[in-house]
Amino acid sequence: MRLLDLRTDIPRRWYIGAGVGFVAIFLLAWATATWQQWVSPIFLPAPNAVFAELQDQAASGVLWQDLWASTYRIMVGWVISTVLALPIGVLMGNFRFFEGLLEPFIDLVRYMPAVAFVPLTILWLGVGDTQKFAILFIGVFFQQVLLIMDNVKTVPRDMIQVSYTFGLSRGEILRSVILPAAMPGIWDTFRITVGWAWTYLVVAELVAANVGLGYRIMRAQRFLETDQIILGILIIGLLGLLTDYLFKWSYRRLFPWALQSR
Amino acid sequence: MMAASPKLQAQHVWKIFGERGAAEVVAVQDLSLHVGENEFVSLVGPSGCGKSTLLMMAAGLEPISAGDILIDGRPITGPGADRGMVFQSYTLFPWLSVEDNIRFSLKKSRLPRAEQDALVREHIELVGLTGFARAYPNQLSGGMRQRVAIARALVYKPAMLLMDEPFGALDAQTRLQMQELLLNVWQAHRTTVLFVTHDVEEAILLSDRIYVMTARPGRIKREVAVELPRPRNLLETESDPRFAALRRHVLTLIREEAQRQAPSPVADLA
Repeated sequence: MRLLDLRTDIPRRWYIGAGVGFVAIFLLAWATATWQQWVSPIFLPAPNAVFAELQDQAASGVLWQDLWASTYRIMVGWVISTVLALPIGVLMGNFRFFEGLLEPFIDLVRYMPAVAFVPLTILWLGVGDTQKFAILFIGVFFQQVLLIMDNVKTVPRDMIQVSYTFGLSRGEILRSVILPAAMPGIWDTFRITVGWAWTYLVVAELVAANVGLGYRIMRAQRFLETDQIILGILIIGLLGLLTDYLFKWSYRRLFPWALQSR
Repeated sequence: MMAASPKLQAQHVWKIFGERGAAEVVAVQDLSLHVGENEFVSLVGPSGCGKSTLLMMAAGLEPISAGDILIDGRPITGPGADRGMVFQSYTLFPWLSVEDNIRFSLKKSRLPRAEQDALVREHIELVGLTGFARAYPNQLSGGMRQRVAIARALVYKPAMLLMDEPFGALDAQTRLQMQELLLNVWQAHRTTVLFVTHDVEEAILLSDRIYVMTARPGRIKREVAVELPRPRNLLETESDPRFAALRRHVLTLIREEAQRQAPSPVADLA
């Protein structure tokens, strides 16, 4: 058996084993470098120091407050973005008029750095959760609209035309052909964009926050508490991974017909 | 064998793509043809001659630049359930099972549910897919998918069928099977068909008449009557000496056009 044939399937235990092994090697290298004191704990704390920090935060309840505050912000910010991006993206993907109307504007805005909007959003929306939602929205929405537009455009033209020959109206075709056909792609866009929301969390909690995983990282930075920083980064990474798996898992449940196509 | 009043009639039809001037391409030029009630007519010609464009105009999916296409004497204005269409590409809905794909075209039907079910079952049988009612398109071979597409186009009983190289993407053996299937289905349930293909043998086997088109801009070069006895079947019909003669005749016509086009494919666009 050769593991490195081009585009060839390999045994499942090798596939999973490789992924688990890589993480294990990574942790081992981290542990060795710190326990052997090759790097100073100020720059890189040992795994056990980070784990101790986790136990502290869990015991004091800080961890759960941060988890809840951040998850809540991510969910609300992402849902607002998605609720608006879905209809607008569908319109832009189906009607050249809406594409022409909105694409130049969206292309302009999506290159603006979300972090630069922090002072403005505080000015406009104050220091509450609304401002956090706004930053997540700015980070996600404009990319999401364009991705959904592209998802809609992948629906084959012939599939739409054949539906006309059954006597269906444009609205009926939109509802019962284009949307179901585009849905698996849109679901994948959801998965990718919720991941982006996690990466924007620190930006959203950069200022004017007193709870949250991103806030915890920013505060720890001030006191050079690198174990807290590493812990925060790891938790955000794990939560991002978790949402990713939830979407992948539900994809397989919702769209079995889209798997192994062709 | 022209019927008294043709089911479909194209009168001096033009199709011009692109803006006026330099970018303008005449795809179909002053083309007239007719298809009688329950007649099977094929349109053949060199690739790019506009035969699929004509079919799309007949379906109402592509605007007509000039001229008229009439169905039962009335000019068409857009797509409608009176003209069923089968495409070369697989146009099944992948999220629906075979039976739900076929039932989809009955969305606008006022038949009671029980009768729709019976129709769907009957058509699954007709195209030889008994036992596959619950299967999904991604579990089917290319030939089986086109069987579903044909059943879906027949089940709602459109006044005529437009078929755009429906077997063009299939391998040679599957194509023969599908030709035989379509031949048998059509001979059992006569309906009006306008069939676009580049396969001359397929056209002769299936058709009552064949229109041979010129290279672009597409016009009718010759109308060929296929006077082979019916019912036909693949093996006997293709070994008929008249079949060979027709084949040579039609191929010669197409080759003339292909050669006229080959030296300078854009000569006609200038």
